[in-house]
Amino acid sequence: MLFRKFSLAVYALLILIPLLMVVLTSLKTLQETFRDPLGLPEDGFQWSNYSAIFQEQTMAGYFINSSIVTLFSVMFTLFFASMIAFGISRLNNWIGNILFGLFTLGMMVPAQVNMVPLYALVLDLNLTNSLLGLILVNIAVTLPIAVFILTGFMKTLPKELFEASTIDGAGNWQTYMKVALPLSVPSLSATAIFLFVMHWNDLLYPLLFITDNAYKTLPLALLEFQGEYSTNYPMLFTGVIIASAPMVIAYVFLQRYFVAGMTAGALKG
Amino acid sequence: MKISKSIYLFFLPGLLLYSIFFLYPTVSALFYSFTDWDGLSDAYQFVGIGNYERALTGDSVFRKTVGNNMKFMLVVVILQTLVALAFALIVLKNTKTNLFLRALYFFPTILSSVSVAFIWSFIYDPSLGILNQILELLGLDFLRQNWLGNSDIAIYSLAITQVWFHAGQMLIIFVAGLQAIPEDLYEVAKIEGASKWQTFQKVTWPLLAPSATIVIAYTTIQSFKAFDLVFAMTGGGPNNSTEIIATYIFDVAFRSYNFGYASSISVLFMIIIAIITFLQFKALRSDRISY
Repeated sequence: MLFRKFSLAVYALLILIPLLMVVLTSLKTLQETFRDPLGLPEDGFQWSNYSAIFQEQTMAGYFINSSIVTLFSVMFTLFFASMIAFGISRLNNWIGNILFGLFTLGMMVPAQVNMVPLYALVLDLNLTNSLLGLILVNIAVTLPIAVFILTGFMKTLPKELFEASTIDGAGNWQTYMKVALPLSVPSLSATAIFLFVMHWNDLLYPLLFITDNAYKTLPLALLEFQGEYSTNYPMLFTGVIIASAPMVIAYVFLQRYFVAGMTAGALKG
Repeated sequence: MKISKSIYLFFLPGLLLYSIFFLYPTVSALFYSFTDWDGLSDAYQFVGIGNYERALTGDSVFRKTVGNNMKFMLVVVILQTLVALAFALIVLKNTKTNLFLRALYFFPTILSSVSVAFIWSFIYDPSLGILNQILELLGLDFLRQNWLGNSDIAIYSLAITQVWFHAGQMLIIFVAGLQAIPEDLYEVAKIEGASKWQTFQKVTWPLLAPSATIVIAYTTIQSFKAFDLVFAMTGGGPNNSTEIIATYIFDVAFRSYNFGYASSISVLFMIIIAIITFLQFKALRSDRISY
């Protein structure tokens, strides 16, 4: 029993200490970090690190770019994927099965496999240095997992509900909007959270398609701070905190949904 | 009941985007893998299986990369699965403390790889780093290391970071799997006088196999995709000792502008993942028992 408690505490500290270290370091001066990397900020809290990073970098711009890309990617992935899931569960025949197979195939292929031709394609379409380009690619890449989760859910909904709606004279679109979507809210919200985390944190596609500062998202900007600030960890960690803040705040309030969503996403294997 | 043909329209927007930005590039990776395209010019020539020959026989960096990926995968899969399972068993009951601990262990999962890379670069820093300082405090000076700079251990340092990053997520999957095991099976085991280990072996493990399959398969694929982490922490160095297949593809394509060759490595990459996933599912399915 004691050993169990000890292990739990050690694991908890392994998570907490690095996080605490990030927060404290972001509030120190560089000199202090070099002098005493583990100590408390004795020269007072350097809130100025936060204002400095906003002055030195176009942080607000990166923040807005990340928000736009994430928001639209999540919305349209959910919209298109739920339509597909609805279609598959309504068809319920071999065509539906083939389409389901075609989409789920995409979950097996890691994004790095097609980054080379994808880059060539995006370049051809003049979609580099464009938030639209990022959003379109994001939607295509996360459709498989979203279709997989949502189809699994919609197939558990009683068929009679859809049929009753059709008998009442509703077309497919109305049945989708008025019956399928409202009933799928639990699954949609779990998928939404999974997609939010994924798109907000994505590095690969911005790295491939964006070179202009005006279109960079937070993870890419953060990565490039490394070149600029080198081992100026107070500034790097200030950036980390700003970039992670929305997810951390959401996690504190929506913890249960995060856990459900991220697990649903993991079940894709 | 007959469904209106308009149902096919529901596939249209998704299928269109998926075909353009996913299916087409995936298929064209195969096409480009037989060419010497540099990614910039319009002209390229077909080189037959030349790229594949080069990857499989002539490229020592690629071979090293596959080896690194295997080392990384093995450490992550074994360590992460064990940590996740062991702790899932401890925090299984839905008490207040356990719910809090699960939420805490899960926390790193929501961070971006770049953030995690910065945090661990600082931890591993040879002079500033918390790790060396703690070793010193404990009087274990001789264990001090340049964790990311020493080419013998850098890949393992990255693997530990990956475990820190994702073990909590796997823990949650195990908890979900374990909680689905009917309570009465444990009672029967108890009545029959089974020891703790016997109970685990005969009740828990067989019924846990489905979640174990998912965790192991997912962790494996994840460890092949650890692109961001490697890219941000070591960039593949020192001496290619942390170069994994994904970062190597990036280097070949976007630093050496050898798109054709990079495509052939991508195709090999896909084949490797397919084989490993297939073997794992086979191995893990065979010892599944149903009650």
